[in-house]
Amino acid sequence: MKAGPRKRGAEWLASGPSILWLGLFFLVPTLLVFVLAFRPSNPFGGIGAGWTLDNIRRLTDPAMLAVARRTLEISLATTLICLVLAVPVGYTLARVSAKWRNFFLMLVIIPFWTNFLIRVFAWKTLLHPDGPIKQVLAFLGLVPAGASLLYRPEAVVLVSVYTFLPFTILPIYAAAEKFDFRLMEAARDLGARPFLAFRKVFLPGIRRGLITAVLFVFIPALGSYVIPDIVGGPGGEMIGNKIAQRVFVDRNLPLASALSVVLILSVLAPLISVLLLQPKGERPEIL
Amino acid sequence: MKRSRLPIWITVGALIFFYLPILILVLNSFNASRFGTGWQGFSLKWYAQLLHEPEIWLAARNSFLVAFGATALSVVLGTAAAFALHRFAGSRLQRFHYALVYMPLVVPEILMGISLLMAFAATGVRLGLGTIFVAHVTFCVSFVAMTVLARLQDFDDAVVEAARDLGAGWGVTFRRIVLPMIAPGIAAGALLAFTLSIDDFVITFFVAGPGSTTLPIRIYSMIKFGSPPLINALSTILLFVTFTAVILSQRISSPRR
Repeated sequence: MKAGPRKRGAEWLASGPSILWLGLFFLVPTLLVFVLAFRPSNPFGGIGAGWTLDNIRRLTDPAMLAVARRTLEISLATTLICLVLAVPVGYTLARVSAKWRNFFLMLVIIPFWTNFLIRVFAWKTLLHPDGPIKQVLAFLGLVPAGASLLYRPEAVVLVSVYTFLPFTILPIYAAAEKFDFRLMEAARDLGARPFLAFRKVFLPGIRRGLITAVLFVFIPALGSYVIPDIVGGPGGEMIGNKIAQRVFVDRNLPLASALSVVLILSVLAPLISVLLLQPKGERPEIL
Repeated sequence: MKRSRLPIWITVGALIFFYLPILILVLNSFNASRFGTGWQGFSLKWYAQLLHEPEIWLAARNSFLVAFGATALSVVLGTAAAFALHRFAGSRLQRFHYALVYMPLVVPEILMGISLLMAFAATGVRLGLGTIFVAHVTFCVSFVAMTVLARLQDFDDAVVEAARDLGAGWGVTFRRIVLPMIAPGIAAGALLAFTLSIDDFVITFFVAGPGSTTLPIRIYSMIKFGSPPLINALSTILLFVTFTAVILSQRISSPRR
């Protein structure tokens, strides 16, 4: 009776509810976004009759292309800075004694527990023209007294790094913890300078952790909405802001759908390239 | 062998970077100055003023209502999902099931928010606490399922086989054998679901309607239009509540020595 109909029945009984729920409220809505991108809007903020390519055409507006480009640049810069900071932190966590390691790990995880909006708001206060950072920098003569640290793409990158850094540290630490540090010593004994050993032995050794870390930052950064909304201003807008504006400002749901399709495809691109380029054993565990 | 001290300095720097903004926010909540420019003396007036903001308390009530409901349903759905993913691993249905459970964890929040909004708009569902509840269950299911699945993977299947061989049906086996053994995983999943639900802003913002303001939505509109010191005070209270909850849950879940 092992593989009999009773087992199939049990399988459906256990997986049916979640498949039904996620199918109805995740899969179908996502597919619906693709469909609605080809529908016109109506004057009442709803979905009009018939089919159109207008929404897709409007995506190639120079203003839209500029936003798409900025989204990509901010996400890439955030990912790069997060990696540069997270690799030494992950390395340190893997090398210190267990007592210190647990303490540091706790300190890295605690910011996760605070509400995301509050963390972004804290930066808005810090970067404010009357806030402490600006005053210190102006006092040192590093920025002119009238300069603004807020409402620019750099502020979005800074706060994104702040938000996503823990997500990069954890997978890199997990990979570094499994790394055999005797390999580094062997490289050093064979005459490699410390940085060369780090680059040629350590970094390739934690490659899986690095790929996971990149996906953990780059994908959510592409879909950022709150950070550019609060600290970015008009000059720091990302594609997420454009989607939200179409929904909340001019209530054009089909155009919002078309923008979302772009975002969905750009999120899938890094995932698929990892799937295609990395041999199975070297993929992050999550894929 | 001498090691570079640079990584340690970067680590210390990163930790300062993590805590400095939060620390300044907490300090400013006790600052008498309205704009937080310089210290103008210790004051609790912002906390007192919070008491006169009924909208915040109404929003907090809504948040708790949704979080309790969403946690309850997502724990049931997610646990059943994890059980199926583990027990029937490798079947074609479970490969599809895994992808379906996994995708919401990868997709940026804004996409989940917008697609649910489209679904509600296309079917004419009225936005409100009900739609927020549905949205929260949808993203919580995946987190619960993955947490419970991790626990199931450390679990000895022979125990289940033994129960089955001794004549227990699936229901009895699940209730009497599996459930008690994975209870810590379920508790961890529930805690995660509750935290995610009470914290969520982006998805909630898209599917909220008039009169269904949750605490994060209220905080957002305070950030956009409100008074900074009030947010500092509210944030400090929330920080205190979360830290206490986390420390308590760690005390409960950590093995006694």
